[in-house]
Amino acid sequence: MAASIDSPRPAPTVQLLTADGRFQPSDSAAEYLPYLDRLSEDDFLRFYRDMVVMRTFDGEAANLQRQGQLALWVPSHGQEAAQVGSAYATRPQDHVFPSYREHVVGMIRGLDLNNILRMLRGVTLGGWDPATNGNFHLYSLVLASQALHATGYAMGIQFDGTVATGNPEKDQAVIVYFGDGASSQGDVSEALVFAASYQTPQVFFLQNNHYAISVPVVRQSRTPLYLRGSGFGIPGTQIDGNDVLASFAVTSKWMDDARAGHGPALIEALTYRVGAHTTADDPTKYRVDAETASWIARDPIARYRTYLEGRGVDQAFFAGVDEEASDYAEDSRKRALEIVAPTMEAIFDNVYAEPHVLIAEQKAWAERYEASFGEGQA
Amino acid sequence: MNDLNVTATATAPSAIVATGDAAAPSVAAAESAAAASSIQSLPMGKAINAGLRRALANDPKVLLMGEDIGPLGGVYRVTEGLHAEFGENRVLDTPLAESGIIGTAIGLAMRGYRPVCEIQFDGFIFPGFDQITTQLARMRNRHEGSVTMPIVIRVPFGGHIGSIEHHSESPEAYFAHTPGLRVVTPSTSHDAYWMIQEAIASNDPVLFFEPKSRYFTKGDIDVAVNGTPLHASRVVRSGTDATVVGYGAMLPTLLQAADIAAEEGTSIEVVDLRSISPIDYAPLLESVRKTGRLVVAQEAPGNVSVGSEIAATVSERAFYSLEAPVIRVAGFDTPYPPSKLEGIFLPSADRVLEAVDRSLAY
Ligand SMILES: Cc1ncc(C[n+]2csc(CCOP(=O)(O)OP(=O)(O)O)c2C)c(N)n1
Ligand SMILES: [Mg+2]
Repeated sequence: MAASIDSPRPAPTVQLLTADGRFQPSDSAAEYLPYLDRLSEDDFLRFYRDMVVMRTFDGEAANLQRQGQLALWVPSHGQEAAQVGSAYATRPQDHVFPSYREHVVGMIRGLDLNNILRMLRGVTLGGWDPATNGNFHLYSLVLASQALHATGYAMGIQFDGTVATGNPEKDQAVIVYFGDGASSQGDVSEALVFAASYQTPQVFFLQNNHYAISVPVVRQSRTPLYLRGSGFGIPGTQIDGNDVLASFAVTSKWMDDARAGHGPALIEALTYRVGAHTTADDPTKYRVDAETASWIARDPIARYRTYLEGRGVDQAFFAGVDEEASDYAEDSRKRALEIVAPTMEAIFDNVYAEPHVLIAEQKAWAERYEASFGEGQA
Repeated sequence: MNDLNVTATATAPSAIVATGDAAAPSVAAAESAAAASSIQSLPMGKAINAGLRRALANDPKVLLMGEDIGPLGGVYRVTEGLHAEFGENRVLDTPLAESGIIGTAIGLAMRGYRPVCEIQFDGFIFPGFDQITTQLARMRNRHEGSVTMPIVIRVPFGGHIGSIEHHSESPEAYFAHTPGLRVVTPSTSHDAYWMIQEAIASNDPVLFFEPKSRYFTKGDIDVAVNGTPLHASRVVRSGTDATVVGYGAMLPTLLQAADIAAEEGTSIEVVDLRSISPIDYAPLLESVRKTGRLVVAQEAPGNVSVGSEIAATVSERAFYSLEAPVIRVAGFDTPYPPSKLEGIFLPSADRVLEAVDRSLAY
């Protein structure tokens, strides 16, 4: 049957691990298999550890929100493999432009996740310095805005000539994360245009978790999203986003190619948002349990554990990870409760880099006003 | 006649903060005579071109980005010759997408570049509005100071050119309303030459509105001495009976109105705002305290505008000096009309004088 818009050819989805944890690479995976050779035994274990730590932390953060300690929580339950695999495909000198759900990517890049809790507690608007946090840039809440920042940054890498030098310690690339919903934003299209035009060293990492809040991905696109790049001249690859090895291998290849000067690429990771969009959402209003259950059956952590067990990893390791994860979550909770509220200056500081008469006047007024409440009490 | 002294003699575009009392005419007669060789007469478009050339030459991190700014030199030729001189990695003919231009400029600034973006015409800035207001303007703040956004957005603006729809707009108030941005507009070649360099040297994002009807009007530039900080307003003609304030292409109209009024025996003081955000109120307040009357003129629609803000602030700060309410003369609160009607829409010297008469009648 000829492919049509309504029945596109089945995507050659790259998968290395089947949903039940067997190592059985799809035909399309062949060119990516060599990238697994980079992984040490420790790396294989770290993938598992990070996914479990993240999921446990995720649950704890949701608790904090329910207890009124966070204004909002943005769960990543179900998307850990897409995120962990792609994060490990980056090099220290690379730059990462996240959306707002890539907590574990930040963790892997060296960001203290307390920064994200501070933001969701209403203490900062992000606030961390990317330069001292693994080049992990701030979350961006205006959907797709970060796609252009990433592309501009990658243009800068290109102009600076730190690409295709042949020195793997020096060549840089950029990875930008965005969702299936964000893919409809004009900024993604404009970023693809600029990236193709300037042949930026860049990977567009699209996590298709099948929903934009309540709206299913079919409303965003009638064709598989990995094809979105092709009209722009940007190659696209669809992966099983719940397969951490596929995510690592495919992202490694395209990041390598980007650093080597072969230009941008798009990866669509098929995954599922098992939890709510945020703690403010109610998924029972727009999706059925059977669908969620079918994705839980394809859980990224369970399948990877089965795979590791098959490789001979012993139970003590898994028990150790569980313990480490709950320690991490508990510690995160403790530190979240210790976060102190910002003081008034935070409103006025860093609005401008250089002195500004209006801000100076208003800050001085606010200080006098605040101080006036203390008068007469001493 | 001018009774103010030159107090600032900066030769490099470094002074950013307006200190009202430092506001002074750019070139004092004595100094111009002393440095006669440093005076050049150029139309404003060429003055900006010269300023851009100097910025590109002085700092390899300065990049120009925009539509048709390369070999063509921009639709108004403001970047003429720069592509040939500095190459395609310094003067970028970008894809035709304003959000893309601003958004990638933000990424380039994060990388350490100082992008100068050209928006082709005022009415086409809006596809980039989101990146300017929700991203560029707050990027430093949300980073708690760890990034700077030294980006200039050049926008040819305003009417008087008999053009088609979307080519004569005055959208400055949207940006003046947005915290984190700076907004300036020169009215002379001299200011254009210096202010573009100061804007590029600023570590904050600057919207640089270029009164396009002035692009081809010649004026003297002292290329050795700047004289006025970027955010200073300036008395450009002294008077005693009423103050009129405006910016950009309004200035020639205001000066014309002052000439006509002088013939009729009314002495008008004219203030060139130069900086729309922040506004340097000190010279304006000093003027109002002297004349007791203020008329604010602008091409933009008057409702919730820069003129409204000036009226409110002057009323707050100089209430007891005012002999009359501050009066606004502005474009009507309508879409910019077909150009055959722009002569009625745009404030003319007569409309300014009508407002001055109303003020004097109190
Ligand atoms: C420009 C813009 N419009 C609307 C929103 C509100 N909003 C926040 S998240 C979201 C859905 C995003 O879906 P997707 O891109 O698939 O990412 P996901 O949340 O699934 O990770 C919406 C509509 C927003 N943040 N930005
Ligand atoms: Mg989604």
